[in-house]
This record gives sequence, structure tokens and C-alpha cells, in this order.
Amino acid sequence: MVTENSLSEATVVARAALSGVERAPGAAKPDAILNASGVRREFGGIVAVDVEHVEIQRGSITALIGPNGAGKTTLFNLLTGFDKANTGSWAFNGKSMEHVAPHKTASLGMVRTFQLTKSLTKLSVIENMRLGATDQKGEKWWNGLFGRIWKAQEASITERAEELLNRFKIGHMRDEYAGALSGGQRKLLEMARALMTNPTLVMLDEPMAGVNPALKQNLNEHIRGLRDQGMTVLFVEHDMDMVHDVSDWVIVMAEGRIIAEGTPDDISKNPAVIDAYLGTRQGQSLLEDE
Amino acid sequence: MDWSLIIENSIKGFIGINAVYFAIAAIGLNVQFGFTGLLNFGQAGFMACGAYGLGMTAHYFGISMWWGIPIGIAFSVVLGFLMGIPTLRLRADYLAIVTIASAEIIRLVVRSVKFKTYFGGSDGINGFSDSFRNIGDDIGIVQANQYGFWPLRFTGREIWTLVVGWVVVAVVAYFVYLLMKSPWGRVLKAIREDEDAVRSLGKSVFSYKMQSLILGGAIGTMSGMIFALDRGSVQPDNYSRDVTFYILTALVLGGVAKVSGSIVGPMIFWGIFTFMDNFLRQVAKDPVHLGNFTIMKSTQVGQLNYMLIGLTLILLMVYRPQGVFGNRKEMAFDGH
Ligand SMILES: Nc1ncnc2c1ncn2[C@@H]1O[C@H](COP(=O)(O)OP(=O)(O)OP(=O)(O)O)[C@@H](O)[C@H]1O
Ligand SMILES: [Mg+2]
Repeated sequence: MVTENSLSEATVVARAALSGVERAPGAAKPDAILNASGVRREFGGIVAVDVEHVEIQRGSITALIGPNGAGKTTLFNLLTGFDKANTGSWAFNGKSMEHVAPHKTASLGMVRTFQLTKSLTKLSVIENMRLGATDQKGEKWWNGLFGRIWKAQEASITERAEELLNRFKIGHMRDEYAGALSGGQRKLLEMARALMTNPTLVMLDEPMAGVNPALKQNLNEHIRGLRDQGMTVLFVEHDMDMVHDVSDWVIVMAEGRIIAEGTPDDISKNPAVIDAYLGTRQGQSLLEDE
Repeated sequence: MDWSLIIENSIKGFIGINAVYFAIAAIGLNVQFGFTGLLNFGQAGFMACGAYGLGMTAHYFGISMWWGIPIGIAFSVVLGFLMGIPTLRLRADYLAIVTIASAEIIRLVVRSVKFKTYFGGSDGINGFSDSFRNIGDDIGIVQANQYGFWPLRFTGREIWTLVVGWVVVAVVAYFVYLLMKSPWGRVLKAIREDEDAVRSLGKSVFSYKMQSLILGGAIGTMSGMIFALDRGSVQPDNYSRDVTFYILTALVLGGVAKVSGSIVGPMIFWGIFTFMDNFLRQVAKDPVHLGNFTIMKSTQVGQLNYMLIGLTLILLMVYRPQGVFGNRKEMAFDGH
């Protein structure tokens, strides 16, 4: 657990900004990087997502939690253009995004990772990383023919990639095929690769699933580091200790709807949340500190 | 049994014009199928673009044959867009269906009576390649002369096409090799594996697939041109479905996603094919009997040969799925 005096400046700023926000679903934020209204997605008879309103505070770490099947991944898919909403509108940095193709979403600075990792197994780890870099001259075929046009840029991309790999403790796997990585390492690779795009909003779908506990602590550091570098982080996570440890704000989904919002402390005491997880009000707090 | 003839012909098959035009087409197909994972089953259609581009200069436009090169390429770019726009956003199988159908439509249109003025109908187009042939004569490779000694003997006519053909193979192969080593090639290989991952990193998958389809198609077009120049004629039925599938077979034989594989595969394919054909023809000079049951007559050699090609492919897929030059390690990560 992070103690008050070890909080970074960015943490203090983010938490101060959120302190005045109403603890209620759909609460307005002082400086929202992302806001969405009336987002609905049905699969056959199932309403997977039905979000009336939600805002994500810029420069904060927001956790999106909720039981299995709550619609967290589907919401990610909708916001990033990987799935089409039945209705709804949302904006990123004030730009309306409902009809923006997924690759444009990413190049606008809104990058996401996948719950089921998508490491490109037949590319090496370092090639996976290089792929993430944007605005590469050599990605135009007429430039690709001439190494001297793109080699210098490639070298600086490689340098940045190696730095990130080391930070995520998979630097030693640099030249292996990504297919040779373990499940947890693939999660790390995917997260590092997403960072290669220089995003402003990072959306991580269960980044810690399958990562060993010691490394989880480490990842939490990284996530805080991202925020300290000015990025906004929205992440899905089931491990409440982790959520408590790293997030400035928590949004709770259940059955497609947002049922609660607040600081981690608020959420751990919220009866509606306990209810959603256990389906009963008799249960004791899931989020109690040990 | 005339072994010297069998050997001579097999070597000709190995490095001959069939291997050349297959190799060029396979390099193009490799860009699409091997590197990007696009199921283009209509490479013959792209080849027809090149052949008819050349043929139509004399037959319809009445201009110099050399204009046929840009015209053929332009045809193939148009064809690539026509195939790609409706399908490249959909699942891979749709492209397969559309490409195979497009290639057939092209063949049926160019051989139709209605469009005979443009494409020459089922007779095709002949007698347009003199300006190409003359260059050979001019630089001293006389068409009618014999050059070389056993087992490498060619007419001047053959040599000239082979030299040009292999130069085209080398240039195109180097071009594709450079591209695949570049960040552009990296995007294609990533698309082959997981389109959504590539999208999530901000690259337009549709645009890259289109580029790959058109580039591979334009290379296929060059293959059609070399073939047409060699024959000195353009025949609609040379661009049927079988051609696409033999090229695909040759590519898989060499190993997909390796530029070297797309050259060596066609050479081995035609080497073995020609050897078997010649060998079986010698064997079946007199009908082969087992007891009083006729096993094989000379007229059945062709069929048997194709059966053996099929068998070879099956064995290859079982015992060496990565082809001769393919990367076994890469294969190991198939399907995670
Ligand atoms: N492609 C799909 N087709 C049909 N139903 C789907 C599809 N994707 C999601 N669903 C349904 O939508 C609901 C929400 O699923 P989603 O994956 O968004 O949940 P989640 O909150 O991410 O759950 P988890 O924590 O298990 O990852 C579930 O009931 C699921 O069955
Ligand atoms: Mg999920």
C-alpha cells in the first residue's frame, strides 16, 4: 500500500482534482479526456453494455471493475472502434469518435490492449515492439526500398523499444520469437508495445492477469509511472488489492451498467458494489484491507 | 531408354521459361499469400492483364508493343482495386472467392466472340513480339542458331527470353526482399498473424492489404508478360484456374514467406514435372502390362504425372510443411 508521503506529485494532483467529484455513476469530472453518453450494445437478447454517461479524468489512473460478464471488455471494444455500438456517442479530447476506425483511434492517442493477448508470435519480441512505433517512414513501401531513408529512425525506435523491454523485465527475450514467451510475459510485451505508440490515453484490459505477484507490484509502479509522465490510464482489473494500490478513481460496472464511482476507499465500502459481486447484501466487504 | 534426352529436358525444365514465369508469379503471390496472408486464387487473372496489355497494343490500340508494359500494369492495378475494395474488409475467404471468380471472368471475357475486336477471342492475339525478338538478334543472340552443348543446348530465341526472364526474376526478387526487410514488410507479416493487433497500433490494415494485393498482382502481371513474349502469342486458356494452383503448389514447395522459396519452388516443380513427364513417356513407349492388364499407355502419362504432383504435395505437407526453404521455427508457433 502506498503511504501518503510516498505519493508522487502527479498522484497528489490527480487525487486532488477528483476529490470534489460526486461519488455517483456518471459523475462529471473537472477535466475529462474521454466522455461517453448513451452507449448501448446488445448481443442477441443480452444487453452487454448500457452506459448512460461516463467521464474519465485526464491525468488520472481509473480502474474499471466489475464481475465477469459485466461488459468491461465490450465497452473497451466500443470506445476504441473494434465493435459497433447500437446507440451512443463519445468523444476523446473533444473529438467525436463514434465513427472513427480502430486504427485512427489509436493514432489519435487512444491505445488499448486486449484481454486475450495478441502478441504476434511469429515476429521477434523486438519486432513486435518496433511495430508499435507510429509515423514510420519505412512503413511506406516506396520508402521501404531505401534503407537510408528509414534506418536512422529505425535505430532510435529500437533504442526506445529496448528501454521499454528492460523496464518491463523482458529485455533478455529481445530476439526470441514472441511465441516463445510465457503468458505473463506476453501481457508485458503487449503493454510495452502499446506504449510504443506514444499514447495519451492507455486502456489496459486486465494487464496483470497471469503476471506473477512480485512483478505485479512492479507493473503497478509502471502504471503510476505512465500517469506521472502525463498519460491517462484506464484499466480493467479483478485483483482488488491492485486496484486499491494504484488507482485514483474506480468505476464499477455490473450487467452492462455503471453502478458506482468513487475513490478506491469509497468503493470498498459501497454496498451496491458488494451486492453486485456477491449477489447479496449479506456478504462482507470484498475490498477490506488485510 | 534415352537418358541423355531425359536429363537434357529435365535441366531445361529446371531453368527454362516455365520456371521463369512461374517464379515471377510466385514471388508476387508470395507477397500476398506468404507475407500478408491474403488468399489470392486469381493470380492467373493478373497474369492475363500483362499478357493482354502487350497483345492489345498491336491488335487493338495499334501502338508500339512497349506501351504494353505500362498498360498491363495499369490493368492489374485496376483489377487489384476491383478485387480488393469489396473484400479486404471482410474475412479472408471472401477474397479467395472473389479472386478465383474474377480471374475466370477475365478469361471468359477475353475469349468471348463479342469482344473479339479487343482481345482476339479464343484464337488469342499473335504476332506482336517482333520488337522484343529483334533486340535479341541485334545484340547477337541469333534466334535460329543453336548455342551450348549437352546437356545445356538452347536456340538463340530461347536464350534471349531466358536471359531477360531471369533478369526480371532477379530484379523483382531483390525488390521484394528489400521490401520485406523494411518496416513496410513488418506490417504485412503482422497483418498475416493478427489484424486487430495491427489496428490497435494505429495502422490501416485495409490500406496495407490493398497495397500487398496490388503489388503482388503487378508482379504477376510481369509474369504474364514474359510468358506472352516467349510464346509470341496470348491465349486465353493459358490463364485458367489450374495455372494459379500450380503456381501456388510451386510456392508451397519452395516455402512460403521466403523470397528464395518462391524462386526455387518453381524450379523444382518444373524440374520434377519435366523429368517425370519425359521418364514416363519413355517407359510407356509401348503400353506397360501386368499380366494381360494394361497399366499405362503413352496417352495416360499426362494424367499420371499430375497425380504424382498431387501426391508429392501431400507428402510434402505431411513431412515438410514449411517447404524447402521455409522456417521451421516460425511454423512452430502456428496457432499459438
Ligand atoms: N461477441 C459476442 N457475442 C455475443 N455475446 C457477447 C460477445 N461479446 C461479449 N458478449 C456478452 O456480453 C457480456 C459482456 O461481456 P464482456 O466480455 O464485455 O464482459 P467483461 O466485463 O469483460 O467480463 P470479464 O471480466 O470476464 O472479462 C457477456 O454476457 C458476454 O457473454
Ligand atoms: Mg473482459
